[in-house]
Amino acid sequence: MEILNNQDSLWYFLPESVLILTFVVILLFDLPENWSKNRLLAPIVATIGTVLFLALSFYTQQFPEAITFHGMIINDAFTDFFRLFAGLTALITIFLSLKSKEVAQVRAEYWALLVGITLGIPMLAASNNLLMIYLALELISILSYILVGYLHNTKTSSEAAVKYVLYGATASGVMIYGLSLIFGVTGTLNAIEIRQFLISNPAEQLALFIGLLMTLAGFGYKISMVPFHMWAPDVYQGAPTPVTAFLSVGPKAAGFAILLRFIYTALTQDQGGVYVPLKYIDISTLMAVFALATMTLGNFVALQQTNIKRFLAYSSIAHAGYMLMAAAALNTEALRGVIFYMISYLIMNMGAFAVAIAVINDSGSEELSAFKGLGNRGRKGALAAVAMTLFMVSLTGLPPTVGFVGKFYLFSAVIEAKIYWLAVLGVLNSVVSLYYYAKIIKYMYFEEAKEQKPFALTGFSFPSLIVGLAAATVFFGIFWNALSYLTEISAHLLM
Amino acid sequence: MDKLPLLTIITFAPILGMIAISLIPKEKKNAIRWSALLATLPSLLGAVKIFMDFDRTTKAMQFIEGPLNWIPSFNIQYHLGIDGISVTMVILTALISTICIIASWNIEKQLKGYFILFLLLETGMMGTFVAIDFFLFFIFWELMLLPMYFLIGIWGGPRREYAAIKFFLYTMAGSVLILLVMLALYFYSDGHTFNMIALQDQSLHQGPLSSHTFRMALWWGLFIGFAIKVPVFPFHTWLPDAHVEAPTAISVILAGVLLKMGTYGFLRFNYQILPDITVDMIQVIAVLGVINIIYGALCAMAQTDFKKLIAYSSVSHMGFVLLGMASFTSEGLNGAVLQMFNHGTITAQLFLIVGIIYDRAHHRDINGFGGLATTMPRYAVWTTLAFFAAIGLPGLSGFISEVLIFLGSFKTWPWLTTIAVSSVVLTAGYMLWTLQRVYLGKTQEKYKDFPDITRREAFCLLPLAVIVIILGVWPRPILSMMEVSLNALNQSLVPYGAHVASGLGF
Repeated sequence: MEILNNQDSLWYFLPESVLILTFVVILLFDLPENWSKNRLLAPIVATIGTVLFLALSFYTQQFPEAITFHGMIINDAFTDFFRLFAGLTALITIFLSLKSKEVAQVRAEYWALLVGITLGIPMLAASNNLLMIYLALELISILSYILVGYLHNTKTSSEAAVKYVLYGATASGVMIYGLSLIFGVTGTLNAIEIRQFLISNPAEQLALFIGLLMTLAGFGYKISMVPFHMWAPDVYQGAPTPVTAFLSVGPKAAGFAILLRFIYTALTQDQGGVYVPLKYIDISTLMAVFALATMTLGNFVALQQTNIKRFLAYSSIAHAGYMLMAAAALNTEALRGVIFYMISYLIMNMGAFAVAIAVINDSGSEELSAFKGLGNRGRKGALAAVAMTLFMVSLTGLPPTVGFVGKFYLFSAVIEAKIYWLAVLGVLNSVVSLYYYAKIIKYMYFEEAKEQKPFALTGFSFPSLIVGLAAATVFFGIFWNALSYLTEISAHLLM
Repeated sequence: MDKLPLLTIITFAPILGMIAISLIPKEKKNAIRWSALLATLPSLLGAVKIFMDFDRTTKAMQFIEGPLNWIPSFNIQYHLGIDGISVTMVILTALISTICIIASWNIEKQLKGYFILFLLLETGMMGTFVAIDFFLFFIFWELMLLPMYFLIGIWGGPRREYAAIKFFLYTMAGSVLILLVMLALYFYSDGHTFNMIALQDQSLHQGPLSSHTFRMALWWGLFIGFAIKVPVFPFHTWLPDAHVEAPTAISVILAGVLLKMGTYGFLRFNYQILPDITVDMIQVIAVLGVINIIYGALCAMAQTDFKKLIAYSSVSHMGFVLLGMASFTSEGLNGAVLQMFNHGTITAQLFLIVGIIYDRAHHRDINGFGGLATTMPRYAVWTTLAFFAAIGLPGLSGFISEVLIFLGSFKTWPWLTTIAVSSVVLTAGYMLWTLQRVYLGKTQEKYKDFPDITRREAFCLLPLAVIVIILGVWPRPILSMMEVSLNALNQSLVPYGAHVASGLGF
């Protein structure tokens, strides 16, 4: 396996370089007064930058897989996938931001921050070095803090930002202490070398375990894993809705990517598609417990929610629980599963947020009751309601939707890993989730709005996005060969 | 017969209708109704053709389509076919669906949505019975849930929301267990397959699948999943709520077709894929069957809501199916599947009858009626026929299947069967008592000018009544379709000690 020096690595870094450039350029837009008045300039540049990023990542994908920057960053199929994922997520978020009334008055820096986080996602997913992990994580986190608090004059937004910063700072502090313990035990910061060390040398088990748990605090906070999830509901509620949508998909996926990469690379040994945990730590059982706790808490607390953003926050915690099963199953099936699940989650969760933004735009209210009677509010209302129904069904995991296929993949992995208790409790969890997802459907169709006026969803592009995501939800739920192929080529870690 | 994809047509024709209806403006109500009817006709005609062409001498799958690769990476195939176990259900589904479209003619509220969902439901039901690929089966199985949820939740009675979500949650709880079993069978079978025929080959069951405990866990997963649908006591509590709140046509579908999916699942999966465990667990099925029979009948007797009474009678009658299946005799098995068909036709009539009176009186309190036979004489005749069929009067189809079941099960379970037979008295009790309270006695003043049964309503009942009478005297046409497959199924259980069960009794 090839470890490239800095100079040779630069070619691999081409896509990210474009994002860095875009980030800097957009920041300049706020300087000249007549530029900053043009509200479309920055998002257009951000879009162009992201599209270019995607195009270049297709180009670099053809390079042989390599470990770049002296072992800091790994360029493998897994990384390529997260480039694609980050780019798509960013594009949808840019679009949603343009359509949301909440962020209608933002300055250019808003778009720069979005691009910055997008940059952080593939970098985190590709990190092989503990310090690189920390840097990329902080890159995403710090920019997220600003975005969350972006609505300066809204109390909830500021409150959310403060909570986010406090939680984030604590979590990353704990994490870096954990990383230092791991470094102390193994004498290296490189994840691959950590594995090699643990295989061939005796290690201080307790210190290693504590170090790992503390590191998990950092990862867990990013993916809202119980018990590090407490920030999520408040932050999701307070942040501008498009930002919430972005946070619940993009950075979360990055968190999962690095969690899986770290566990698979540093703590397991590949034995022909089955990743056997190293002797010191039964990482499989540990993650299984975290997975179960996360999905159960998310699902049960979601039952009580009345605010659409808090509702989706707990739903996203529950989905983090499902995805965490991949960290417990430890096989190629699980890597494929989590990749498929992320794609499906991108489609259905972005869809749900898109409809939520439309509803918030229309009613000015974030309460679930704003959905009441949506199905009977004119053609646009019916359209939004049908789409939302599909997203809810998909989030529940019922066929024929992409969410079902995602669950199918993940539970396959768990069954193959023979963790039956997790499989049974996991599927029962999805029954619980049906109750609250169906509540939205019930509001939309079985109840009446206060005033049954036609739903305001104007223009062509926004409805098209919603329809497109809804169509994708069903289409990929029936014909998922293409996605299946993508997951197969992407589920490869260079280790 | 090369090579009309008959099963694909009968399964997906309703989807085409659904798309067509979604293009019709919602003001054109009659156009929507007629399109819906038209969309079910291919299925009905297909069912007639299947009835004519079905090869009654083989147990093998017929009208096979596929296997076409659908998702090669998981070896998932588009693979359809029917045999003696499923063919009667396919016919029943086509028949009941068409009748229900006609019975839904008077729906006014959000008509378009109603028929779109209805047709989607039909595709789901049909697909469940014709799929040979487990994954495909599961997709169809789940496809029914959402339309059903809406159909109960929007067009149902006062407590519709509660009933709808209860139905949804119960069924999904069952189906996730089926999903897990499906995955386990796939991963541990030699050659990784979802093919339901291939999975019957016990030599493919490798690794954990050869462990008795593991097979037992799988068996229970399937059993509970399907038992919720039947519903088997103690999973039956969703049924009275769903039936009572659902609009008439949907109650008919629920009782007529959906419940059979559970028992069909038993035969297709528990019996064929895990036969050894089925033999081990046969006492459970038999006892639960008898509990269903007696408990359902007693509950029915206690009801004052007409529709709830019919709902509980369904619980009771589905118990007969379980008892017949548990007998491990060819009479019992044939009786069980025949009972599935007969229950479909008879209970459909009962629910239609309740619907007719509810449309006029807007309540269903049995004690609130009386003397309807004088004001609506023709309606009373239809009712009497259906009631007698439900009681199992000789000469009507219900009698044949019940007798077959008792003949079979008495050999294996003499005591249990004796208890079950007593339900005949109970059934007669609640049915006749209802007949007396609703139709006989003094005519109530306010119901004096009720119009008698209309031509459309009678038209819904007519085919069902004809079938009930014909099968009552001449059950061969239906029995001959299932016989070969079921006898073979019964024989296939013998190596696992099915014969030992005889004489165990109680």
